[in-house]
Amino acid sequence: MVSLLDIIGPVMVGPSSSHTAGACRLGLLARGLVGGTPQSAHIELHGSFARTGEGHGTDKALVGGLMGFRPDDERLRDALDIMERESLAYTFEKTTLGDDSDVHPNTVRITLTRNNYSAVMQGSSLGAGRVLITQIDGYPVEVTGNLHTIVLVAEDVKGSVARIATLLAEAELNIATLRLSRKQRGGDAFMVIELDERPGENVRDTIRALPWVRYAFRLDKVGSA
Amino acid sequence: MYKSLADAIRDAETRGVTLATVALEAESNDGGRTIDDIRQTLGRALHIMRGAITQGENPDLRSASGLVGGDAAKLNSGPDGPLSGTLFRDVLMRALAVQEVNAAMGVIVAAPTAGGAGVLPAVLTGIAKAKNISDERIIDALATAGLIGAVVAERASLSGAEGGCQAETGAAAGMAAGAAVEMLGGTPSQAGHATALAQQGTLGLVCDPLGGLVELPCVFRNATGAAIALAAIEMAMAGITFAIPVDEVIDTMGEIGKAMDVRYRETAGGGLAATPTGRRLAKERLVQIKRASG
Repeated sequence: MVSLLDIIGPVMVGPSSSHTAGACRLGLLARGLVGGTPQSAHIELHGSFARTGEGHGTDKALVGGLMGFRPDDERLRDALDIMERESLAYTFEKTTLGDDSDVHPNTVRITLTRNNYSAVMQGSSLGAGRVLITQIDGYPVEVTGNLHTIVLVAEDVKGSVARIATLLAEAELNIATLRLSRKQRGGDAFMVIELDERPGENVRDTIRALPWVRYAFRLDKVGSA
Repeated sequence: MYKSLADAIRDAETRGVTLATVALEAESNDGGRTIDDIRQTLGRALHIMRGAITQGENPDLRSASGLVGGDAAKLNSGPDGPLSGTLFRDVLMRALAVQEVNAAMGVIVAAPTAGGAGVLPAVLTGIAKAKNISDERIIDALATAGLIGAVVAERASLSGAEGGCQAETGAAAGMAAGAAVEMLGGTPSQAGHATALAQQGTLGLVCDPLGGLVELPCVFRNATGAAIALAAIEMAMAGITFAIPVDEVIDTMGEIGKAMDVRYRETAGGGLAATPTGRRLAKERLVQIKRASG
């Protein structure tokens, strides 16, 4: 669903809402998957991101997002210099992630690590600053970043969804959407939960402490709404 | 949010309210925010828009590549043309100013996108200044513009990479035209015709920026997009109607965008970007940028 405030917004550093603000938001979401600024990141650019990314500042915006800068942060202009100063090992590659009919022209895949955590995220910038994460660690997902989101990987045990839902209800968090995917029966289950309120660190930690949860992360919302 | 402008226009006219009212109500229902809260966010957007216009009036402003900048100032203090001293010239100045700031990686409101960010603030604040219209009514107009843009996003596209410039400055012209007509006291139905009249004038417009930079021709496309919006506003306020319904015009834009060759969708592979001069400038300037950023 399109929000009026997505159209009259975001307030952002130029020059391109899809190539700068959208790219920054994708970086911000990727950062959430490892719980903070990644020490290393390999950034694969597809389609128009690959062809015109440099001119639009896509590289600066992605790096700025990974470092936690928001789309209206004027430091985005100097993000590559700041990255070097902070000795962060981010690399870029121009590639093809699929056919034009399957993969949006503004798509990026980011492989990132921070301490013991690593993740692979694929996402697209849809225009007007709106973004969509389509894959996390190979699992198909749909994360817009318009709401606060929890992503977690759990062993496929019975009652896991009910347990998580109860836990969130006890924390007075309202679930907007919940999607479950798994690669095979009995394999790990990947859960994406969008929430109306921002979950506290304690909620994330409680989920992490469940014996059948492999990992859980909190993605702060990045939309203007 | 609405997926059809015809639905929004019918709802507004049945109840005798503006498109801004139905847009704000729909947004509030979707997102759970109060109408006051949404209007405050739009008020902040208006503040940023005005700030960008002021910054863009600086004659020394230049983009990273040096390809654009300083032209808004020429409309302020350069030699007269046939439209000097008119609203028309002031709107062109404002559109260039915002887009020059955007190209210089300054702060703007992407409405609907950064590449098309000059049209809406230019048309709304330019008309509001000339006609002494209050900020409250400009904020209503921003809500109407948001509604129109949301319908375009749903039915067609707001991305140059998907639909060419008709989806960016074209959509912006449609949003500005409909919103301004309502701001000037036109009916929801007149606003719909204004959007259709503006969007039809930009159908097929390609996205062909030099070197892929949102600079040239983007800065000038915003000025000409604003001019098309003004033409549509003048016609719609005079009671002129467009025979193809606005939703169908928007659908047409989406269909043309899908059929548009990838060279004309923000890839710098065709159009002005692929001219001998376009290629030469892009090569020279891009090298300059890389050198400057180390």
